[in-house]
Amino acid sequence: MSDFLLFDGITKRFGNLTAVDNVTVGVEKGEFFSLLGPSGCGKTTLLRMLAGFEKPDTGRIFLDGKDITNLPPNKRRVNTVFQNYALFPHLNVRENIAFGLKLAGRPKKEIEREVDAMLELIQMGDHELKRPSQISGGQKQRVAIARALVNHPQVLLLDEPLAALDLKLRQHMQIELDLIHDEVGITFLYVTHDQGEAMSLSDRIAVMNKGKIEQIDNPAKIYESPRSSFVAAFIGDTNFFDGVVDKSIDKEYSRIKFTDFEPIICFNDKKIRPGSPVHLSVRPEKIQISHEHPENPDGKLNIFRAKAEDVVYQGSHTRFWVRIGEYRISVFQSHNRFLLDQRPIKWGDTVWLYWHADDGYMLEQYQETDEDLLILPPENIGDMDEEIEEESDSDTEEVNAEDNASDANGVAEDGNEQEK
Amino acid sequence: MVTNKKNSSATNTIQKRSICQRIKHHLNELIVTAPSFLWMVIFFLIPTILIFALSFRSTAPGGGIGDTWTFHTWKTISNPSYPEIVWRTIWLSVVATFICIVISVPCAFAIARASRKIRHFLVGLIILPFWTSFLVRVFAWKTLLHPEGLISNLFISLGFIQPTEQLLYNSGAVLVVMVYTYLPFAILPLYAAAEKFDFSLIEAALDLGSTPLRAFVQIFVPGIKAGIYSATLMVLIPALGSYVVPDIVGGTDSEMVGSKIYQRAIPDRNLPHASALSALLFLGVLLPPFIAWCFLRRRNINITETEAVEAAITEDNKRSKTKGGIRK
Repeated sequence: MSDFLLFDGITKRFGNLTAVDNVTVGVEKGEFFSLLGPSGCGKTTLLRMLAGFEKPDTGRIFLDGKDITNLPPNKRRVNTVFQNYALFPHLNVRENIAFGLKLAGRPKKEIEREVDAMLELIQMGDHELKRPSQISGGQKQRVAIARALVNHPQVLLLDEPLAALDLKLRQHMQIELDLIHDEVGITFLYVTHDQGEAMSLSDRIAVMNKGKIEQIDNPAKIYESPRSSFVAAFIGDTNFFDGVVDKSIDKEYSRIKFTDFEPIICFNDKKIRPGSPVHLSVRPEKIQISHEHPENPDGKLNIFRAKAEDVVYQGSHTRFWVRIGEYRISVFQSHNRFLLDQRPIKWGDTVWLYWHADDGYMLEQYQETDEDLLILPPENIGDMDEEIEEESDSDTEEVNAEDNASDANGVAEDGNEQEK
Repeated sequence: MVTNKKNSSATNTIQKRSICQRIKHHLNELIVTAPSFLWMVIFFLIPTILIFALSFRSTAPGGGIGDTWTFHTWKTISNPSYPEIVWRTIWLSVVATFICIVISVPCAFAIARASRKIRHFLVGLIILPFWTSFLVRVFAWKTLLHPEGLISNLFISLGFIQPTEQLLYNSGAVLVVMVYTYLPFAILPLYAAAEKFDFSLIEAALDLGSTPLRAFVQIFVPGIKAGIYSATLMVLIPALGSYVVPDIVGGTDSEMVGSKIYQRAIPDRNLPHASALSALLFLGVLLPPFIAWCFLRRRNINITETEAVEAAITEDNKRSKTKGGIRK
């Protein structure tokens, strides 16, 4: 109960759909905490319950030790930055920011001072008399943040605040958000479907799927040691191999055997016993691709002969789709002038593919409740700024969740053929 | 306003230069709109001009139109009984409009917030009265308000009115029936505006600590301002010209300009006089939309994007001149 903000066993249903399913999350004071997941995973519903726009069916919400589950929105000391900004169109920037303070009945001078400070923080002093229709998207975003922050909320809720901005602006706003968070020291609860945003901003991330929390950890742990194959697939891009642990080759490493693939050696930190079925996840950037056969001094490299089927140049790196038997494997190679292999790999080349046993990651198969998860859209890490299709209307988001999920599967099947 | 002058001279030259191009550009639109344009000219513009012209003709002794031009009719309009009727017409219409808007804004809110199915049903309910004749509905009110009628009896038994008091044939009855008649004309444009209203703004207001009522008054009402303007016009203009309602449920003390026009035109057969009154009403009716138009222009509701940018720039300049020096 030491958590500053605590969702305790929250469940919320809309008709037949369980949007949030018995979720318990604690957030520490001053933390930048993200709820990350695909459309319809329940993250926005969770946020709206904290803001007071929805009531949970079961469970309680505690803020600073007080039960706020049944308080109306205007009695909660939380403020929201809405996805569509929701700035009042008939008020100018200054009046928008002052709105909450005026409602609180603060003295005029104090309001002036607070609003001036906010305008300075968001560097919008020159635009204070403009209407929302006269300022750009990024400026609207900053005003929305200021309008919420000026009330000194105990928690600032951000609902996909950057989703409507273009790439450059989004990157810029990410940095600004981070700076603002450092400056004001308020707890931020950030909802996003964009794993890149979540990774670069958050102290901790809760990955959500189908109303449940899959994993709560810091960004590096989420990426490097995902607890479920959903997390592995959703955060970044990955290649999955389904196999069975065969035997240990030494204390730390095991061999995994496949019915349709050569055995793979993998680091077995979880001490998974031989005979257990596992998913093996290998990130595309951990796989090396080369014309030359690599040296393998300690015998811990997995080396395969493969055929490059597609080569997609992506600026900072090249993405290869290579085929080994029935598997199509995604590989990233960053562009390095001093690559040993000077001869570029072209479409149709037969190449060597290798990765160290430490770079594979085993996920026990029993954690998998739904095989569909494996083909959920992996936003690959290289294109992390490209948006996946997003339902902009947060009201209907949860209701349409089933539609979205089926759409997403459709997309995933097209683009994700490393699954046989 | 002052700063706009500089800009307008610049934009004028641009407009002049391209006027031929603009006609060419709009040629298709001109062709498409020609039929309705002609229709309005023949059946609206010309009759209106005729009415104005007619009001300057003399009156023939046996009724009908004389053949000399005169200002006589317009002079008789300043007859002492008319200002009273004009005044009554105005206040009845304005009060009816106000009541209509006050009832309609919450209605529009409720309809726009309802689920899709219920919303269609509710809009249907509002349109439903139009399926019966307007006259029948007014006569129905006459029955309701009649001394032996439902409402009269109810009010007497509740002690609201004395048994001798009349509900019919007074300004009150006219007002009630006018509100009843014009309510749909207020609800529909307000609903159209409310449907486009972004209700997340209400959530934002609640989130910032507003009570639901304050959010409604401070955010929703300004948000559907354009709808309120059009609803006002939709009610006020027909209300100013109404003559059936005062004729059927009104008495001698609740005559309106419309009823006077009818009296002059049909029983009295004094067409120039009726024309002069009509012309007066016509000018009077033009006034509110003109005011609203000025209002809308000033409030920048209908402005184009370039105008918005210009306004933004001039506003910025103004600000930097007046405040910039002091703040930095």
